[in-house]
Amino acid sequence: METALILTGLGSVFFASAPIVFAVIGETIAERAGVINLSINGMILLSAMGGFVVSFQTGSLFAGFLTGALIGALVAFIVAFSSITLKQSQVAVGFVLALTCRDLAYFLGNDYMGKGGPRLPAWDLPVLSDIPIVGPIFFHQDLITYISFLMIFLSWMWIFRTRPGLMLQGIGERPASAYVRGANVNLMRYAYTVLGGAIAGLAGPAYSLSVKAGWNGTISGLDGFGWIALAITIFGGWNPLRGAFGAYLFGLLQWLGLVLQPSLPNVPSQVLQVAPFPLMILTLFLVNIGSTEWVERTLAAMPESSRRFLTRALRALRASPPASLGVPFERE
Amino acid sequence: MKHTTLNRIGFQFLALLLAFGIASLVLLAVGASPAQIYKDMFGSLGTKGKIADVLVSWAPLLLATAGLLITFAAGLWNIGVEGQITFGAIGTTLVLRLLQNSAMNAGFIIALSIFAGMLAGALWAALAGALKTFGGVNEIFGGLGLNFVATALTIYLVFGPWKRPGTGSMSGTQPFPEQFNLPLFEGLRLSPWALIVAVVGIVFVSFLLQGTYFGLRLKAVGKNFRAAYLLGIPTWQYMMFSFLLCGALSGAAGALQVTAVYHRLIPSISSGYGYLGLMVAMLVNYQAIAAIPVAFFFAALNIGSIQLPIVHKLDSSFSGVLQGLLVLFILLAEGARQRLTPKA
Repeated sequence: METALILTGLGSVFFASAPIVFAVIGETIAERAGVINLSINGMILLSAMGGFVVSFQTGSLFAGFLTGALIGALVAFIVAFSSITLKQSQVAVGFVLALTCRDLAYFLGNDYMGKGGPRLPAWDLPVLSDIPIVGPIFFHQDLITYISFLMIFLSWMWIFRTRPGLMLQGIGERPASAYVRGANVNLMRYAYTVLGGAIAGLAGPAYSLSVKAGWNGTISGLDGFGWIALAITIFGGWNPLRGAFGAYLFGLLQWLGLVLQPSLPNVPSQVLQVAPFPLMILTLFLVNIGSTEWVERTLAAMPESSRRFLTRALRALRASPPASLGVPFERE
Repeated sequence: MKHTTLNRIGFQFLALLLAFGIASLVLLAVGASPAQIYKDMFGSLGTKGKIADVLVSWAPLLLATAGLLITFAAGLWNIGVEGQITFGAIGTTLVLRLLQNSAMNAGFIIALSIFAGMLAGALWAALAGALKTFGGVNEIFGGLGLNFVATALTIYLVFGPWKRPGTGSMSGTQPFPEQFNLPLFEGLRLSPWALIVAVVGIVFVSFLLQGTYFGLRLKAVGKNFRAAYLLGIPTWQYMMFSFLLCGALSGAAGALQVTAVYHRLIPSISSGYGYLGLMVAMLVNYQAIAAIPVAFFFAALNIGSIQLPIVHKLDSSFSGVLQGLLVLFILLAEGARQRLTPKA
């Protein structure tokens, strides 16, 4: 009985983390190409609202998810256009879009607050769901969660195991070399930013049509997800596998928070809800501390034995961004 | 030179048109009449009381913007400003709570509490700065995380140790006795002291950035960190100092929210002025004095949109949509101008 409960709980972690997984993979792809899409926190709220409203009106779940992806692609296109073509700061435009999309979601979704609507049904995969332990955790989910599993492996394969993926790494690391090799750097950056935006855009409907069906405005519990996803992208070292691991770790901690809440009656629920954010700072701290100058200097001054251990520990945690992340590319 | 200015004004006018155009489409999408909405939003500002309300939100917005202009000059995205306002408000509330039963002069206690707010804001900013300088944590994420922490801390205080007699509620802590409120203009919700603090803040920043050697070097750090370092400017100290100054100014904004506006600590004490200040700072781009009218316009949009839920059953977040579109199109227009204008 206890075991069954824990297995269901773990299964729900993978289910509830699907939106973050989409957001992290979408952002990873865009940043691999060298473009930071800082807008995703607001964009996900807008796509969650848009996806729900379209599904509600048309009765089609597919139309809802399609809307989410289109909104993600459109917002990403604005980021790409303003940074690649108009040479404006990616951070500035992304941040303004993050705020604007959020307010737009609250404004347009006002009439649909709290309405019951369609929800993606659970779908136990035949045969696979009967496997003990693995079955209840991974294969008692719904379609969008299976797609999130698939997306992790597909994006990893694409980036690290294919020729175009190698080119994608190239335009983020050394765009000049990629250009000499015949890549149309700016066109590819456009394509990957928009593609990444579309994938991240699925995060919205994955929430509003599956994880927590419906649109509840400011109390949807979705605000902040995008910022966490941006931090997990860094934690994941721009690798979909490590990023997905971060997303699930985050989901697990959130679930633990929910489980533990009844035993901590003195802590207001709002306080537990923000627990991910100090955690986000801590992980970024651990990931980046090894690259700071003063740590390198301190390490160099340390005795050999302790230095080797610390260096190894810090290196395992470290993640370095694509070398040309956020830097516009211009042909000389 | 003159040609460039004209050119720029033309593009900015176009940006304004596009922003209002898209905002009108958004209004049409929810079945509202744009003409009616704009008329109600701006028309509602005709009375003396409403203008005073605009100034009530103008003062903290201007202070947050002033602080942000310093961190902008240093090339920093101090998104943590929202938390710095909140923490400033907490510091002010703390001092008022500690001293409200003492024998000291009330005016002196208010001054002390505002100073404590500035100190608290600077402290919160120093945390984001230290994470950036010594931990390699980008100030966007460090600041953002600290914003959520500051809000949670406020809620914890309001519902826990500082709850009003009986049960804590979202309406905040027990209001302070009247002698601890900054004096207001007769019959209005506006305090002259808030205006004075805000104007002093922006003039100080304007002078600092345009008229001092420090400001010049700070801008050098922001424009080219490496070059500034090689030139012998103590770069990380400059960055840290800009965080402290910004934190103190936004802490003052939080202090005003407590002493001049709400007279207590409420969960949403920062009212989004930090994020809005970032947008204003982006628009004025180093021209500190220009923040005075721009912040006034943004505050007016905020106050004007209060009408929307009452009269039209629309969400008041429309002001945020319009503000965001304005900043977005101004940025795009600047990019388009640089691209389309042939270089001399």
